[in-house]
Amino acid sequence: MDLQSLYQEIILDHYKSPHHAGLRDPFEVEVHHVNPTCGDEVTLRVHVVDDVVVDISYDAEGCSISQASTSVLTDLLIGKKVDDALEIHSTFVELMQSRGKVEPDEDILEDGIAFAGVAKFPGRVKCALLGWMAWKDATARVVVDVEGSVT
Amino acid sequence: MTAVEAPSHGLLDTDRIRADFPILGRRLDGDRPLVYLDSANTSQKPRQVIDAMTAHYEQINSNVGRAVHQLGDASTQAYEVARVKIAAFINAPDASEVIFTKNSSEALNLVANTLSWAHGDHAVGAGDEIVITEMEHHSNIVPWQLLAERKDATLRWFGITDEGRLDLSQIDSVINDRTKVVSVVWVSNMLGTVTPLETIIRRAREVGALVVVDASQAVPQMPVDVAALGADLVAFTGHKMVGPTGIGVLWGRTEVLDALPPFLGGGSMIETVTMGGSTWAPLPAKFEAGTPPIVEAIGLAAAVDYLSAIGMDRIASHEHVLTAYALERMRELPGLTILGPTEAVDRGGAVSFELDGIHPHDVSQVLDSLGIAVRAGHHCAKPAHARFGVQSSTRASFYLYTTPAEVDAFIDGIHQTRRFFKVA
Repeated sequence: MDLQSLYQEIILDHYKSPHHAGLRDPFEVEVHHVNPTCGDEVTLRVHVVDDVVVDISYDAEGCSISQASTSVLTDLLIGKKVDDALEIHSTFVELMQSRGKVEPDEDILEDGIAFAGVAKFPGRVKCALLGWMAWKDATARVVVDVEGSVT
Repeated sequence: MTAVEAPSHGLLDTDRIRADFPILGRRLDGDRPLVYLDSANTSQKPRQVIDAMTAHYEQINSNVGRAVHQLGDASTQAYEVARVKIAAFINAPDASEVIFTKNSSEALNLVANTLSWAHGDHAVGAGDEIVITEMEHHSNIVPWQLLAERKDATLRWFGITDEGRLDLSQIDSVINDRTKVVSVVWVSNMLGTVTPLETIIRRAREVGALVVVDASQAVPQMPVDVAALGADLVAFTGHKMVGPTGIGVLWGRTEVLDALPPFLGGGSMIETVTMGGSTWAPLPAKFEAGTPPIVEAIGLAAAVDYLSAIGMDRIASHEHVLTAYALERMRELPGLTILGPTEAVDRGGAVSFELDGIHPHDVSQVLDSLGIAVRAGHHCAKPAHARFGVQSSTRASFYLYTTPAEVDAFIDGIHQTRRFFKVA
């Protein structure tokens, strides 16, 4: 077991000082996701204006991996167009489901490449994806709401 | 330097016992020996259990209770002998009171479901009350929530004190004339607490409530006498007591089991079937629909033989001495908070704790890299965690093969974990 590959410094740094933490206004949708096997939880809000991810705020309780990956998520996606953010999302999910066989692209994932090691620990992949799944769920609801309000 | 001396009295001959458990000899990544501190989750199995199951498959395998051939007779005989051995192990007055189930969860669901279908004295209806505790495993919470919901009954519970004991200060109002069922854990899988069953059962008797005991963590680690206990129904599981997975036991007093309707319908549980209706087989078959876990029952009987040969009182003593030693040594760990009794008094061998600044998942991950297996999470006891304001914890649990050296390895592992996450 290569503990260092799982707990990269970048991950520990984000865990100790998470970026964009806390719940903020304004927001369109708030979701609450849990990992039923371990009890990790995240409450996450998204604020989208004109197809741009203006803010992602969250209140999370969980392990270093789930906390750090939510922090990295906000760094990567805030300020992006929703379509581009979804693209990054699928790149990250693909990396996490690769069992360590995909070489991460630092240009796309930035600090997110630190999670390549997590993919080799099947028991921890869900931790890394908790915040990401919450964001996708929230964003999908924003899009539905916006389209709903148009019709 | 260790200030606390390793215990030398009251322990089992673990060298000899460990030689019976093949898995304890295996190596993990990095050629590390396995330090298995997750026995409250599932115990390891001795050669004697594995061999008994293999021998049955190789020489006797056949269905039970229906085949008229030599193998069928031998298989039925072995299955029923297993029941007799397990009945003797818990001092059940009659072997037909031992119902084989899949696990404790199924045993508890059997009770909660049949109560929802029962007529007469045991029927649970609107306004009736069901009493559990805040320290139950989810398997002794959810079936009762379902029952309460279906029957419009009220679920009540005993809370937990700061020391991790049951708060029985309001026992006379919590258990009252409306109480139909009291279902309580004997030994908490999370806090390690041994509950004062005698007091609870006495009060339940006063109001005529049915008493169910979740003995999943009790039967593996202490002598159990269901006849003396005074409960009506007792559930436990094979895999936590050096037996196989896939088999649990519901013991019940004959009058109670006879009064309850069947749980699952199907083969073996009937007396006769017509297109117009069916009648039920006598105990225990009435509650054992379909082909039962035959080889698992035989494995559980071998487990019971194994534990009995060592002696449950000696196993309880081993567990007590080791738990006391672990609790003592854990005091040297800065930032560590034990959830549950901090003294080895009325306490089983599972110790859950919090470590400041490090999530249980991360604690167990570092320990795993050292070959130390513990459990991290909510241990299927979310309400008990919520009571202490935490979402999850790390749990080390001991059994008859655990050594003081393994407790030392665990303590060293926690020190290493703190250094790794730079909280040391």
